[in-house]
Amino acid sequence: MKALRMFNRSLRDSIKSVVRNLSLSTAAITCSSITLIILAVAMILSYNVKNITSNLEKELTIVTYIKESGTEEQITQLKEKLNEMPNIEKYEYKSKEEWKLEIKNFSDTYSSALDYLENNPLLNSITVTVKDVKDLKITSEEIKKFDFIESVDYGEGMAEKLISAFDIIEKITIVIVGALVVVTAFLIGNTIKLTIFSRKNEIEIMRLVGATNIRVRLPFIFEGIILGIIGSIIPMIVSIYGYVMIYDHFHGYIFSQIITLVKPFNFILYIAGILVVLGAVIGMIGSSRAVRKYLKI
Amino acid sequence: MRLIEVKNCYKVYQNGVTAIADLNVTIDKGEFVFIIGASGSGKSTLIKMLYREEKPTNGSVIVGGINVAKLRNSKVYKLRRKLGIVFQDFKLLPKLTVYENVAFALESIGLNGREIRNKVLKALESVGLKEKIRSFPNQLSGGEQQRACIARAIVNDPKLLICDEPTGNLDPDISKEIVNILKKINEEAGTTIIMATHDREIVNEMQKRVLQIENGVLVRDEQKGSYKVHESTPNV
Repeated sequence: MKALRMFNRSLRDSIKSVVRNLSLSTAAITCSSITLIILAVAMILSYNVKNITSNLEKELTIVTYIKESGTEEQITQLKEKLNEMPNIEKYEYKSKEEWKLEIKNFSDTYSSALDYLENNPLLNSITVTVKDVKDLKITSEEIKKFDFIESVDYGEGMAEKLISAFDIIEKITIVIVGALVVVTAFLIGNTIKLTIFSRKNEIEIMRLVGATNIRVRLPFIFEGIILGIIGSIIPMIVSIYGYVMIYDHFHGYIFSQIITLVKPFNFILYIAGILVVLGAVIGMIGSSRAVRKYLKI
Repeated sequence: MRLIEVKNCYKVYQNGVTAIADLNVTIDKGEFVFIIGASGSGKSTLIKMLYREEKPTNGSVIVGGINVAKLRNSKVYKLRRKLGIVFQDFKLLPKLTVYENVAFALESIGLNGREIRNKVLKALESVGLKEKIRSFPNQLSGGEQQRACIARAIVNDPKLLICDEPTGNLDPDISKEIVNILKKINEEAGTTIIMATHDREIVNEMQKRVLQIENGVLVRDEQKGSYKVHESTPNV
């Protein structure tokens, strides 16, 4: 009962304090809002970059051409092998007749050229999509081991360059977002600390009238959480509405169908959730640490 | 009955200054005691040790059965709930009303709303401040702020009231008014009052026990004493 009473009174005091120290509260909220907006933009960008690179990576496939002499049994043998290989996401068999049909549909010139030839010069093929593109080369060499394979093509050289570029981009975005989280925590934490430092008399008086350490700390902790949450409201609104507007404006993709944006829902709601949790946690830790300093008398 | 026992007490600050040297004094329940001495004599250090704002370097300071020298930071509240403290600079929370300031002391110890309301109103009535319960400290005069501070100190019916130069910021008439309130509390509720002061007139008029400290040493302990200056110290 006493604990519940203390909880309620601390919550009430913290709300009162936010209102009565309006200028300091506004400063802390503004600082939280600005830093969280920057963080939200960085998170949205980095997630979209990751989405684009993984979409592009999905386009990287291994096209395996089977020799003219390759038998049905050998093709079945290859399919069984592909089923066993851990890095294979899926594969698609395409016979030389299917290829011919596809090429004929693609262009009239090719169509007449193919009609001119007596035999179909094309080869049966299997297009393999891998799980991890970093092992594209290893997987293709594994497939190449069969003697009935004519050639294996995965864009050697260019594919590796693309993969390493994607890798670097991904790491850079993770570092940027990580650094921004640290900077945000530092800025919000310190602003809330400043609001509490200016009220050290209040803490002193609370202790003098016989308040327990937890009774002194609780209202400040709640205040930190409240300031953090209020500070995250504007960034949440900005990121939700802003992202939906941008998504609608570009119709979901930039330049080409390959560079697509992440669908706003539920992605942007997760971002909003992260912002409010970050605001509250940083506010809580900042205020709790600031008060602790004055309890060591 | 003994309320305070200071035994072989020393306080040496980190910079090497000895504020209190071999102090021995006992104070009984219901006493009204003045602590006098020049600035820097050690009287504030003694007062601060009584409510465990400072810890003695050596010896013991026992207040209401609690040895403050052995009291951990996290347990200080146990001592503070047994006493009331009145300061020269009032130390009221500026963003709380008079009522809230006084109620805060009781909220801290977890009393329920009705009990708090009754006790706060009673305390504010006893210091003549019932009409100002909704005022904020900056809307009060110095005397009214000090009365609010006294109300906060007595609201929990403490056995001991520690007053650190409570009239230091007030003019003589208001000072007398404040001391009369303290006297009334001492006589009616039997609260022990320890008051550090520089106010010669009040000490001489009240004719209560006087402890005089000079250079950290207790140089005079006199029942019904007056404000005399010790031979070895300059006149203040």
